[in-house]
Amino acid sequence: MKKAFYFTLLFLFLMAQTSFADSYKVSVNQFVEHPSLDAVLQGFQDYLKDNSFDVDYSIHIAQANMGTASQIAKQMLGEDADLLLSITTPSSQACAQTLARAPEKMKKPLLFSAVTNPVAAGLVKDLNKPGAGITGVSDLLPIKAHLEMVLEFAPNTKKVGVLYNAGEANSKATVSDMNAIKDELGIEIVEATASKTADVYQAAKSLVGRADIIFVPTDNTIVSALESVLKVGIQNKLPVFSADVESVKRGTVAAMGFDYYKHGYQTGAIAKRIFNGESPANIPVEFQHDLQLHINKGASAKMGLTAPAKLLNAATNIIE
Amino acid sequence: MSFYAALGAVEIGFAYGIMVLGVYITFRILDFPDLTVDGSLPLGAAVSAVAISNGVNPYLSLLFAIGAGFVAGMITAILNTKLKILHLLASILTMIALYSINIRIMSGPNTTLLGANTVFDLPINMGVPGYLSGLVIFAIISVICLVAIIWFLTTELGQAILATGDNPQMIRSLGVNTDNIVILGVGLSNGLVALSGALVAQNQGAADVGMGIGTIVAGLASVIIGETIFGCNTIAKAFIAALLGSIVYRLAIALALGLDIGGFSFNPSDLNLITAILVIVALTVPSIKKGLIKR
Repeated sequence: MKKAFYFTLLFLFLMAQTSFADSYKVSVNQFVEHPSLDAVLQGFQDYLKDNSFDVDYSIHIAQANMGTASQIAKQMLGEDADLLLSITTPSSQACAQTLARAPEKMKKPLLFSAVTNPVAAGLVKDLNKPGAGITGVSDLLPIKAHLEMVLEFAPNTKKVGVLYNAGEANSKATVSDMNAIKDELGIEIVEATASKTADVYQAAKSLVGRADIIFVPTDNTIVSALESVLKVGIQNKLPVFSADVESVKRGTVAAMGFDYYKHGYQTGAIAKRIFNGESPANIPVEFQHDLQLHINKGASAKMGLTAPAKLLNAATNIIE
Repeated sequence: MSFYAALGAVEIGFAYGIMVLGVYITFRILDFPDLTVDGSLPLGAAVSAVAISNGVNPYLSLLFAIGAGFVAGMITAILNTKLKILHLLASILTMIALYSINIRIMSGPNTTLLGANTVFDLPINMGVPGYLSGLVIFAIISVICLVAIIWFLTTELGQAILATGDNPQMIRSLGVNTDNIVILGVGLSNGLVALSGALVAQNQGAADVGMGIGTIVAGLASVIIGETIFGCNTIAKAFIAALLGSIVYRLAIALALGLDIGGFSFNPSDLNLITAILVIVALTVPSIKKGLIKR
């Protein structure tokens, strides 16, 4: 009985051995399937394609399981790629820890993307001089510019409801940043949390009457269940703003933030520098360069808002 | 599957194997469906990570983790035995409460261990190469746990736990307080789960509040894979099978991860599906073979 099992293993093992040559190889550790994160990967791939790099990708997605993310890190080590790309904080940490104990010749440059706070996550000691074989692009939200846009869009806003999962480090950081600047902007922050997608609807409903608008940060849990937030927004004429522009297509009023596609594109530019021989130790961690304003006119009308002409003129993308 | 992927699978299999030993105690021995593990795994991770960040020796931090897990398990069992809440619900309540508690312990959802002292420093200082240090240390700790559990179950107290699971009425008639036995057993189980969580966190470079999701699924899958492939006719054999089951489960994931390098049009998001299919193959091969021999 054991023999048959080993044969099966052997068979699958042989199937998996296909070798590639004469091109760059990139192993990817992405934490979960998610429109924004998928866009990061797409942007990364497109940059390298636009710059005519011949790249073979080995893409792994942990399907939101940390155990698998850490196993993927080991898998990537064995793939002997030229560059490791990790998308999100937990995937990056798993790769960094695996690399720390890897044999010297297996140590490969690690490039992270969609990590909000690389220093707190322990990935780099210094943003300007990463020092080790790890660098990347941070998706720290330009929260002040964003809230100013919201206040221009909905001038009567006094209470900003923020919906997030207290279990996500990125969101927690965003909310404390919001609280730090609330007095300056003359607003109140009303928090509602949901620990899983099934709780999002209830959490969104809890903001009705307590907040003038709902703000959704780049929170994996909330963004995954965005439709239930939109439903609450439309039913109660409670405008929903999002931090990421991908969500505007799904029906939030507006977002000034980044296109995660561009985030990935920018990450690709660092990959190019590494391929050209630069050491990640000398490449400073980058933040998102160009911000964009996306407005969804249909969603604005459904939630009882009209977009001011000034914002419409400044918008890079308007969805009717 | 490359050498490093296989090595990683066995290493992670041992680390999660300690959790599987714990799940075996509740699921098979006490017949107590315990979902606390989804919360006690990150609890162990959180306690260990916070202790290490505060300068505690990584090995000592494992004991703190075991203690915290033990208390979490005891709470589930007390909710069940003393407050008469159905075991399944009692464990769910503890699990969801632990989500908030873990965030409080870490004062945030994620505590990094990158660059901190870990259990791997000791073997590395003794000359074990870094990439083998995880395997060595996890194998040693899980075998110690395995031997300790098997020995413990031969003691009088251990026999009482076995009997409580088999026939609570009989053991009560002998004057044993089954409530206390269940509290001890579920506590012990979650102590092991928390230990596993502490090791997993040190291995992956961070304790994260989300790392417990799916623990019970992996635990039950490993228990059943072990039983089916390696057999379970004695208690000692059953626990060894549970540990090996965890390794086979991780090897299945490693195989599934390795497959998309090939020329097939597998999508990365097919990972869980392929893992499930590989486990089905592993489970049915023995019975199909038995059928062939009969004919």
